[in-house]
Amino acid sequence: MADVSLRKVIKRYDDVEAVRGIDLDIADHEFIVLVGPSGCGKSTTLRMIAGLEDISDGDIMIGGDVVNDVPPKDRDIAMVFQNYALYPHMTVAENMSFGLRLKHYPKAEIKARVTEAARLLDITDLIDRKPKQLSGGQRQRVAMGRAIVRNPKVFLFDEPLSNLDAKLRVQMRIEIKKVHQKVRTTTVYVTHDQVEAMTLADRVVVMNKGRIEQIGTPNELYHKPATRFVAGFIGSPAMNFIPCRLEDAAGTLQIRLTDRIAFALPPARAARYNALPRTDGLLLGIRPEHLTESHAHLDPGVETFDTVLDVTEPMGMETLVYFGLDGTPVCGRVNPNAGAKDGAPMRLAMDLNNMHLLNEQTGVVL
Amino acid sequence: MADVVVEQGRVARAAGARKGSSLRNTLGRKSTVAFFLTLPLILLILLLVLYPAFYSLYLATLNKAMTKFVGLGNFTFLFKRETFWMVVKQSCIFAITAVVFKALIGFIVAHFVHNIPGKKQRKWRGMLLVPWVIPPAMSTLAWLWLFDPSYSAFNYTLSFFGVGPIPWLGETFWARFSVILVNVWYGAPFFLIMYLAALKSVPDQLYEAAAIDGANWWQKIWYVTLPMMRNIIAITTLFSLIVTFANFDIVRILTSGGPLDTTHLFATWAFQVGIQSSDIPLGACVSLFMVPILAVAAVFILRDVSKRGNEA
Repeated sequence: MADVSLRKVIKRYDDVEAVRGIDLDIADHEFIVLVGPSGCGKSTTLRMIAGLEDISDGDIMIGGDVVNDVPPKDRDIAMVFQNYALYPHMTVAENMSFGLRLKHYPKAEIKARVTEAARLLDITDLIDRKPKQLSGGQRQRVAMGRAIVRNPKVFLFDEPLSNLDAKLRVQMRIEIKKVHQKVRTTTVYVTHDQVEAMTLADRVVVMNKGRIEQIGTPNELYHKPATRFVAGFIGSPAMNFIPCRLEDAAGTLQIRLTDRIAFALPPARAARYNALPRTDGLLLGIRPEHLTESHAHLDPGVETFDTVLDVTEPMGMETLVYFGLDGTPVCGRVNPNAGAKDGAPMRLAMDLNNMHLLNEQTGVVL
Repeated sequence: MADVVVEQGRVARAAGARKGSSLRNTLGRKSTVAFFLTLPLILLILLLVLYPAFYSLYLATLNKAMTKFVGLGNFTFLFKRETFWMVVKQSCIFAITAVVFKALIGFIVAHFVHNIPGKKQRKWRGMLLVPWVIPPAMSTLAWLWLFDPSYSAFNYTLSFFGVGPIPWLGETFWARFSVILVNVWYGAPFFLIMYLAALKSVPDQLYEAAAIDGANWWQKIWYVTLPMMRNIIAITTLFSLIVTFANFDIVRILTSGGPLDTTHLFATWAFQVGIQSSDIPLGACVSLFMVPILAVAAVFILRDVSKRGNEA
């Protein structure tokens, strides 16, 4: 096991820069998830750590050693691929032991390691089957088994769950977390699914257009996003962004959303935003769960307004309501018993204690 | 889609059974329609394959003048002739050596071509296919010039190195070498193209997984490429073995079976015995000997293909 460091890593394909100077320190035993939309460079970064892609510039270190020119086989890493990449002509046991056999481990040790990994992943009964005879979830376990038996310094996962159906994905997500709790190997996990990222990671790295947008624990990213991209990417349904301006009114700072809707900011927020210019070009960032139905006893900092709902989506435990504020589509989450109906008027409450203010131009959270 | 068709067929059959088998029902069945649609091809095969096959069986049981039934007389006569056993031996040497080298060269060149990027690959593929697309009768004539003992390019070039002149087609060893060489030159592109297609169908991620598992280039070929290509290798080998075993034009043009019948194959010897020496029954008898040998080869080579086909 080892730590992994990336220093100003760049990957160029002809004249396109896929990865534009990444700095990342991954501690020993840590579970890091790289997340971002397709084409953001997350898979390329993972493949560079694996040695499957050359790096154009910068340094990659595993366990303190620079491995830029070390071939994959000598990096002591294991990788789980999106489509499993199991050898179709080998049985499960042969697939899992392939790496050990190539390194001429003693037969008894190979058998012991394969048995142990199979037990850990609950695939002992499948050990003599060929991949063709396995379901998607079972193949995924075998692919993980192949990684575990090697006892490598680093595990690399390249979107390992995206070929599974939704139910199995949730199940395997928990399996992966359990396995990591047992083996504690440093793990780099790539996904485009922010739920996977949030649930699995010790720290999440959000990438966009070949750069790192923000690194942090799942809670930090959710509650303190650094940029509009992170704020919009993490969380489902996504955060609402409503054009707004700051105004001084009767000695307090207020935020104006439309001609008829303006709220006084809670004192903590007012102090934080007081130095900002009173102009347009600001965005109010507010998550749907902070836009709920109004009720009798509102906390300080929660302001109400009336609107007409466009569409409602009952989800069972909650109902999503969609409405417009001066043409900006906004989503809120209300209690299913709050009586939200398509086309009906409703009084909603906005929790300004959890608001964010963003610079519309730069996308930076202020 | 297939399920639906089967289902409809079953319904049609069940309905037919209820009403009794009238002619209309028989004609309405999918299987009957299918039979009639394939009938022209079946007739063509009967005419062009089965009829000649059985006719040659019949011919092989006649005497030289084709007037009297002699049973297995021609076969027992052949077994006693030394030339026949030499032809058996030479056919086996020729076919096995040529197929092995064709496969080997095809495999190696396919790897090189596979690693050439994009557009250049198409050019190379086209150029390397040239030997295969030229009619062999034509290209073999060019080889005949190259092999000429006195003024050929080969012997002229070799003379600079103080070697030769080599009697390419005049001595048993060199004549056998030459016909095999030309056959390899002609047939290797077929293996190249088949192996290239097979290589392209091996997922890159298997190689990446092998690289991470610690495999070097040779281990990648041995543990990934070859097992993934096994079926293609088996089928191309069998196909090529049949075609090479039955080769006629190269030997006919280069050596006509000489020197002293040592380069004869079944086909060229059958031609010489049957057509040139006017003993058609004996010629038919010779050519029939290819069938059992190739049948045994087919069984061996294709043994596991259907089983393995289910793995991938």
